[in-house]
Amino acid sequence: MIPRSFEYSAPGTLDEAVALLQKLGSDAKILSGGQSLIPMMKLRLASPPHIVDINRIPGLDYITEKDGFLRIGALVRESDLERSELVRSRFPILVDTTSVIADPLVRNQATVCGNLAHGDPANDHPATMLALGAIVVAVGPRGERDVPVENFFPALFTTALEADEILREIKIPIPPPSTGGAYLKLERKVGDYATAGVAVQITLNNSGACTAAAGIGLTNVGFTPIKAVKAEAFVKGKQLDQAAVKQASEIAAGESHPVDDIRGPADYKRDLVRVLTARAIVRALERVKGGV
Amino acid sequence: MAAINVKVNGVDHKAEVEPRLLLVHFIREVLRLTGTHIGCDTSHCGACTVVLDGRAVKSCTVFAIQADGREVLTVEGLEQDGKLNHLQEGFFQEHGLQCGFCTPGMLMTGYEFLKNNAEPSEDEIRHAISGNLCRCTGYVNIVKAYQYAAQKMREGGAQ
Ligand SMILES: Cc1cc2nc3c(=O)[nH]c(=O)nc-3n(C[C@H](O)[C@H](O)[C@H](O)COP(=O)(O)OP(=O)(O)OC[C@H]3O[C@@H](n4cnc5c(N)ncnc54)[C@H](O)[C@@H]3O)c2cc1C
Ligand code: FES
Ligand code: FES
Repeated sequence: MIPRSFEYSAPGTLDEAVALLQKLGSDAKILSGGQSLIPMMKLRLASPPHIVDINRIPGLDYITEKDGFLRIGALVRESDLERSELVRSRFPILVDTTSVIADPLVRNQATVCGNLAHGDPANDHPATMLALGAIVVAVGPRGERDVPVENFFPALFTTALEADEILREIKIPIPPPSTGGAYLKLERKVGDYATAGVAVQITLNNSGACTAAAGIGLTNVGFTPIKAVKAEAFVKGKQLDQAAVKQASEIAAGESHPVDDIRGPADYKRDLVRVLTARAIVRALERVKGGV
Repeated sequence: MAAINVKVNGVDHKAEVEPRLLLVHFIREVLRLTGTHIGCDTSHCGACTVVLDGRAVKSCTVFAIQADGREVLTVEGLEQDGKLNHLQEGFFQEHGLQCGFCTPGMLMTGYEFLKNNAEPSEDEIRHAISGNLCRCTGYVNIVKAYQYAAQKMREGGAQ
């Protein structure tokens, strides 16, 4: 399959890239990992007249901890995340997530930032970033702005980015001690999008109760990635015993809006959210206690 | 059209390409290196896997122009001085192929994987090849071929 013809630019700096995007407007599409865009162009579901390839911009492939945030630059590939010592030791939930995205070959190209910028509710990072309270840093002709990830997905395949903005970085607040997180996904086979996925991040206080920082995100059970705000509110201040976990998972299931499709009927998926939420909370609790 | 220069299997190749030309078409149709296969053409099967600057990628999901100034290794570049590399030998010894269609991709994925993991467990091998589909073997002998190569690499150094 051959995509439609397009003009191609590979700017060497972010400023140049932004200037190009400003000039070209909605004629341009950014190319990062290309693992969603190129398949769509081959199927001619997307035919952008101009491609702005940001892969030649140096200095965007960092994973660092700075000023209270884990920072993931625009050209960090999924496989970089999977291999990062910093991520492996401090953010096992990110390793859970990246290792169930596509397959190792796709992960060698696909970027973490592109996974959010694509705006697909079937993508896995959005739920995790919702649970982690991440912030998206967008750069455009009007300068830089922070967008909390909970405001980043207004509608299906739509993000808060303007056509002339680049997602430069994802910032994740460094969690306090006694925090644990987990991402669980059911897929029919490797490389498949989630039938459903659930991300949970919890922090316990000195008496073992859940603090206000709890985050729960859901994958592919609605038109956008879903922040399960009712379930989050429910767990706040609670001791997460068996009964509380059960109730929280039922509330999260009620917040999902799945539809019938080839991956299963809506009722099945809703129930899957319940099961995965309960398991993800239990795994997160184990990790608070130092488990893997 | 755009001028590109890609080093493939150690040799520089200059060409004028349309930006929409996929890397796999550049390799097969411009360079006439047909060892790299096209299976699904939809980014799923891994038959088109090549190593780009040290990383195994699906060449049906990369534009040739993205490889400008970079290094590509294809299955044709594995053999050195008429001698198969350890993984190729492993596929031969362990009967790691039947029709052979997936084999070039399996070899290129393994090339990157074994460089970074000298003592892989069976689970790690199965995880590593999870983006490469094989319709014939049932994977058992492919896993054995990887284990054979890992063993040889530990005994006899690189390749
Ligand atoms: C076989 C296969 C299986 C897959 N399975 C999964 C899966 O299970 N889970 C999952 O989450 N994903 C999956 N993916 C998708 C993959 O993770 C994509 O790579 C990801 O959705 C997009 O990231 P990218 O870097 O490849 O972006 P691209 O394909 O380059 O771009 C995607 C979109 O985002 C825009 N964009 C990209 N980067 C930026 C940026 N920095 N700033 C602004 N806009 C930007 C582009 O303009 C484009 O519109 C799969 C892909 C394949 C091919
Ligand atoms: S031909 Fe490239 S993944 Fe199948
Ligand atoms: S040997 Fe036939 S597809 Fe693998």
